[in-house]
Amino acid sequence: MTMSDNLNTAPAIDISTLRFSWGNGQNPILVIENLQVKCGERIFVEGPSGSGKSTLLSLIAGIVTPQQGTIKVYGKHIDSLDGASRDRFRADHIGFIYQMFNLIPYLSVVENVTLPCRFSKRRRDRAVGRASGFETEAMRLLNKLGMDEPDVVKRPVTELSVGQQQRVAAARALIGAPEILIADEPTSSLDAGHRKAFIQLLFQECDREATTLIFVSHDTTLANLFNRTIRLADINKI
Amino acid sequence: MFTLAIKSFRNRKFTTTLTIVAISLSVTLLLGVERIRKEARTSFTNTISGTDLIVGARSGPVQLLLYSVFHIGNATNNISWESYQEIARNPSINWTIPISLGDSHQGYRVMGTNSDYFKFLRFAGRRRLEMANGRIFEGVFDAVLGAEVAEALGYRIDDSIIIAHGAGKVSFIKHDDKPFKVVGILKKTGTPVDQTVHVRLEGIEAIHIDWKNGAPIPGQSISSDRVLTMDLSPKTVTAFLIGLKSRIKAFGVQRYVNKYPREPLLAILPGVALQELWDLIGVAEKALLAVSAFVVVVGLSGMLIALMTSLGERRREMAILRSVGARPLHVFSLILGESAMLTMAGVIAGVAMLYGLLFSCRSLILSKFGFFIAIRGLSTYELILTGVVCLAGFLIGIIPGYQIYRYSLADGMTIRI
Repeated sequence: MTMSDNLNTAPAIDISTLRFSWGNGQNPILVIENLQVKCGERIFVEGPSGSGKSTLLSLIAGIVTPQQGTIKVYGKHIDSLDGASRDRFRADHIGFIYQMFNLIPYLSVVENVTLPCRFSKRRRDRAVGRASGFETEAMRLLNKLGMDEPDVVKRPVTELSVGQQQRVAAARALIGAPEILIADEPTSSLDAGHRKAFIQLLFQECDREATTLIFVSHDTTLANLFNRTIRLADINKI
Repeated sequence: MFTLAIKSFRNRKFTTTLTIVAISLSVTLLLGVERIRKEARTSFTNTISGTDLIVGARSGPVQLLLYSVFHIGNATNNISWESYQEIARNPSINWTIPISLGDSHQGYRVMGTNSDYFKFLRFAGRRRLEMANGRIFEGVFDAVLGAEVAEALGYRIDDSIIIAHGAGKVSFIKHDDKPFKVVGILKKTGTPVDQTVHVRLEGIEAIHIDWKNGAPIPGQSISSDRVLTMDLSPKTVTAFLIGLKSRIKAFGVQRYVNKYPREPLLAILPGVALQELWDLIGVAEKALLAVSAFVVVVGLSGMLIALMTSLGERRREMAILRSVGARPLHVFSLILGESAMLTMAGVIAGVAMLYGLLFSCRSLILSKFGFFIAIRGLSTYELILTGVVCLAGFLIGIIPGYQIYRYSLADGMTIRI
């Protein structure tokens, strides 16, 4: 399937009449009539803790499936795929950044960044296509994200500062140019002064590939940097 | 997945090393028990292979075998020289070797015998005794040493040794008025011959000439020179070995000896007596094997515990792997691969340790227990044992593997810190 066919026409994410609850389906966490995200859009998702932000991300990523409704990601009905297919889809098309503890402690910086290439042939091919090898691509991304001192990259990941770790996580999410990047409170562990800078770097790389960015945070001061803000409380009709 | 598993080990070097050490120790035990059992049997069988019958005063077959050939334990009684001569004249008998026991030197048994010993004794099939140095005894006070005795005590030709009474290493009663001279040293045989000091039967008579009922007669002390002038023909022997003209005659001669009217005697077929010995300790051997199997189970349980306790802190790591595209099956196989690799490393280390121990301890075992451990490659049985251990370790990995599989399905991307 070619994503570029859908560019600027079909939505990147299309959620409709969604109903989701954990466990036995008694108390729904999310009830969403309609949610659409265009390709290449930068969305800021806002809401207090426990409002269902992470659940929404899990649904978009195909970790869980809704009891009712449809989720189309770049035209594909991920709500009806089986577990293995959803895993494959996620590996090929979605990149993640978490709030903290993003990295695997016993792998080097570069190995952490190239992790998705181990599990997705598509992303590996795309990463290799951009540079002479996916390690070179990893270095390029790290440089672009501000990790350009040569010895920093050689350090064990446990010795990096939080800001540096988040940059590595961002590089990992971006390698192989996945169509969607989901960031779950990636700047919440950074000092206020560094947050904007991090986001700008992220934007630069997303622009390069027209990546759709879903950015979740409780820091509303960042909202104006994005194309659109979605308040979960507004769209969640539980 | 393979490189991921290796790298994750380096992160947990301490527990990984401990797990491997535990498994390797248990594997060494398991294989070692089996190895020693086999080697002891082979060695003992080699020792008696050239002898058709052994005759001693009536006691028990195993006891006779042990004291006459392996110098373990003592005889209850002796055989008169007349009886020995008469039996040796039996037409079915090819050769006999008389032996006289009861004395020792620095913990090594002293055996009185004659030159027939060196002529007729066979071991390990058809191998004969050979001299490394010197010659067979001729004089009354000549001694021929087994290889181990000479090496351990550092003796050379023409050295002088004192025989002590009794079998212990420390004897209060020494025949120190009548020293012996080393005239020959035998080549290594891998049998109890190596730990024996051989002298003539006349020599044994000579040192007991001024004794009565097993103790020196007080006040009487006869010098070496004087004793040579006395009659030293042997009066009794402890036992004698028989080589037959034809093996078919064995039962006939055995019956003849057992029914011998002049003295209560016992004739045994060494192979049969040895088998009785193995049957006796067979239960102990099985118990030992069971114990070492349990130790392996304990070792693998240690690995299981280490893996299970590491799961809690690795859920985060697994969630990250899931988020970059690892499927639950990947995560499962990561753990399974880890348990397989740990077990394999433990088995390899265990085998290496086994050979290391065998190499370093075999001379000690030879001198203390009289059997020789040959260094062989792993037998089919041993390979099967190691294979079973590897398989068990691999299968045990299913438990934590399945657990982390379920965790990763449940956790998804949510991070439980």
